[in-house]
Amino acid sequence: MTVLPEASTPLVQLLTPEGERLHHPDYDVDLSDDEYRAFYRDLVLVRRIDAEATALQRQGELGLWAPLAGQEAAQVGSGRALRPQDFAFPTYREHGVAWCKGVDPLTLLGLFRGASNGGWDPQEKRFQLYTIVIGSQTLHATGYAMGILKDGAVGDADGEAVIAYFGDGASSQGDVNEAFVWSAAYHVPIVFFCQNNQWGISTPTSTQSRIPLYKRAEGFGFPGVRVDGNDVLASYAVTRAALDAARTGQGPTLIEAFTYRMGAHTTSDDPTRYRLSSDLEAWKLKDPLERMKSFLFKQQLADATFIESVEADADALAARIRKGCLEMPDPDPLSMFDDVYAEQTVLLEEQREELGTYLAGFVGGGH
Amino acid sequence: MQLTLAKALNEGLRAAMERDPKVVLLGEDIGKLGGVFRVTDGLQKDFGEARVFDTPLAESGIVGTAIGLAMRGYRPVCEIQFDGFVYPAYDQIVSQLAKMHARSKGSVAMPVVIRIPYGGGIGAVEHHSESPEGYFVHTAGLKVVSPSNPADAYFMIQQAIASNDPIVFFEPKRRYWEKADVDTDATPDPLWASRIARAGSDLTLVAYGPMVKTCLDAAAAAEEEGRSIEVVDLRTVSPLDFDTIRESVRRTRRAVVVHEAPRTLGVGSEIAARLSEELYYEMEAPVLRVTGFDIPYPPSRVEEEYLPDLDRVLHAVDRSLAY
Ligand SMILES: Cc1ncc(C[n+]2csc(CCOP(=O)(O)OP(=O)(O)O)c2C)c(N)n1
Ligand SMILES: [Mg+2]
Repeated sequence: MTVLPEASTPLVQLLTPEGERLHHPDYDVDLSDDEYRAFYRDLVLVRRIDAEATALQRQGELGLWAPLAGQEAAQVGSGRALRPQDFAFPTYREHGVAWCKGVDPLTLLGLFRGASNGGWDPQEKRFQLYTIVIGSQTLHATGYAMGILKDGAVGDADGEAVIAYFGDGASSQGDVNEAFVWSAAYHVPIVFFCQNNQWGISTPTSTQSRIPLYKRAEGFGFPGVRVDGNDVLASYAVTRAALDAARTGQGPTLIEAFTYRMGAHTTSDDPTRYRLSSDLEAWKLKDPLERMKSFLFKQQLADATFIESVEADADALAARIRKGCLEMPDPDPLSMFDDVYAEQTVLLEEQREELGTYLAGFVGGGH
Repeated sequence: MQLTLAKALNEGLRAAMERDPKVVLLGEDIGKLGGVFRVTDGLQKDFGEARVFDTPLAESGIVGTAIGLAMRGYRPVCEIQFDGFVYPAYDQIVSQLAKMHARSKGSVAMPVVIRIPYGGGIGAVEHHSESPEGYFVHTAGLKVVSPSNPADAYFMIQQAIASNDPIVFFEPKRRYWEKADVDTDATPDPLWASRIARAGSDLTLVAYGPMVKTCLDAAAAAEEEGRSIEVVDLRTVSPLDFDTIRESVRRTRRAVVVHEAPRTLGVGSEIAARLSEELYYEMEAPVLRVTGFDIPYPPSRVEEEYLPDLDRVLHAVDRSLAY
């Protein structure tokens, strides 16, 4: 299959892989030294959450984990661009955005451990539950944004906006294309944030699209932009601009964050079956953490003491996650009948009773 | 030949592709990866990308284009990656695929097979452990089958592909790795026949797919307590081979139906209803059902309590025999 040469596609970048600071006419950031350092800290902590969860899965403590390694900058950059009033609709890999939204990483682990099917209160966190069925959440995000519009909560700098995360693979799904159509039709305050990590399990992006994904937006009637998804500053700048456009009533934007899934699709996957290790090696040179670190050093914004303190924070976080995971209780089996409905049914009460009586029969001796 | 159920399917697909050049395989990650369960492992390498192809990520697209391919004379075999991901294709399956033959007064055949790994018991996250067969059994125009063992897997997938009706082919994912001897030269049972998987005289357990092994284990355990339990492996879930079920229950006078899917309007409901319609005076006990509960599939840490297992089957056997 032929695709456009990727190199010819414009890409918003504010930090080169070597950590040189670039400037862009439309997107720029002017951050304090502390803010630059905070970005680095986020990147390191998020990567550590991911590494610890992967290790816990390997040790049998989680059923599965979907690693975000390589996508930290896209997630932290976009996540930090969200204002407290903005609502995010994630896939199953948005651990970095969850971090920015204040969702305890342990709660995420509960889902992958099989202790819950969600775990946090989406309204409180303004972060919807993870959505595993590919693409569905983009329509939920669109509907939520329609509600914001109906509430008159757009128009000025304090307006509300929604961000919908999805992947390159998801871009083929009917729901995602319907979300584009609806968002354009109603001109809703939404940002579609597509992390093009080059793969949907074993399927390369070229199977999903013959043109760069951000270009799809034009056909639906709103702007699209490609950002270097391994550049946390550019991801932040582009997302902030798109969210501000949305909250001030200028409608949707599609952001394609060009990045790379450095690990397996999930811990069940074996990428050696379908991709070259040289691919990974090339992307390692664009590592989002290394580039931020180089920038901090070049600008003399950080020294070894700072880096060590971030590492220490990461160690402490990993230890807390590990301990919390090992101590996480299994749900009470009978709780599976709870909350299926807002108004409990007689049938489920009977089935709960049936299972309860049955399980009680095993206590002290089997049946 | 000793084969796992997954490998038996793989060999069955290979045989069907060798026999008929019109057989094509489509789905997500079925090419180089060989599918997430490796059921199509090596087939793209051997048959080429024109016959085994990775699709864009869109299930409605997979089934919708399979309908067009079938109209063009192909015999598409679709892979849906997991049970919980078939729903985006539901409209194409229920409104289009199922009705095409009737709408066209028989002039358009739909030799489409939709393979779906289904069921729980593997510790998976949400949407990866469901048993949605009821939706398809309830849809006129579709046929639904499910093998329980490697030999059936090998032959049934070939028979399904050779059929001119659309077939939803449910693969018991937790049994993918179970091995058994497969005689590829044997004469297979017809696709539309159920089988007595174990003969007995006191009670009939009716099951299909993953629950057949559970029932066979339960029957073996019951034998130690002096009970003779028959096990019917449905194999075909729609249409039901009711002759086999009726004949068995007429002898044993007791029936327990077992499936992972929720109870309400499940396959067990239909079997219980027909048995009570046809064998009311001959049965010694009401038909009992051992099933999943009428709730969304629970988090995997409590799936053991949700799923029918040997003890729950024996519990129902006790209750039936106590009537
Ligand atoms: C409707 C649906 N079909 C199939 C799957 C199985 N599946 C899980 S992730 C995935 C690939 C997703 O690729 P992409 O959208 O690029 O996201 P990424 O995993 O790369 O973050 C597939 C096919 C699913 N979860 N939902
Ligand atoms: Mg992807």
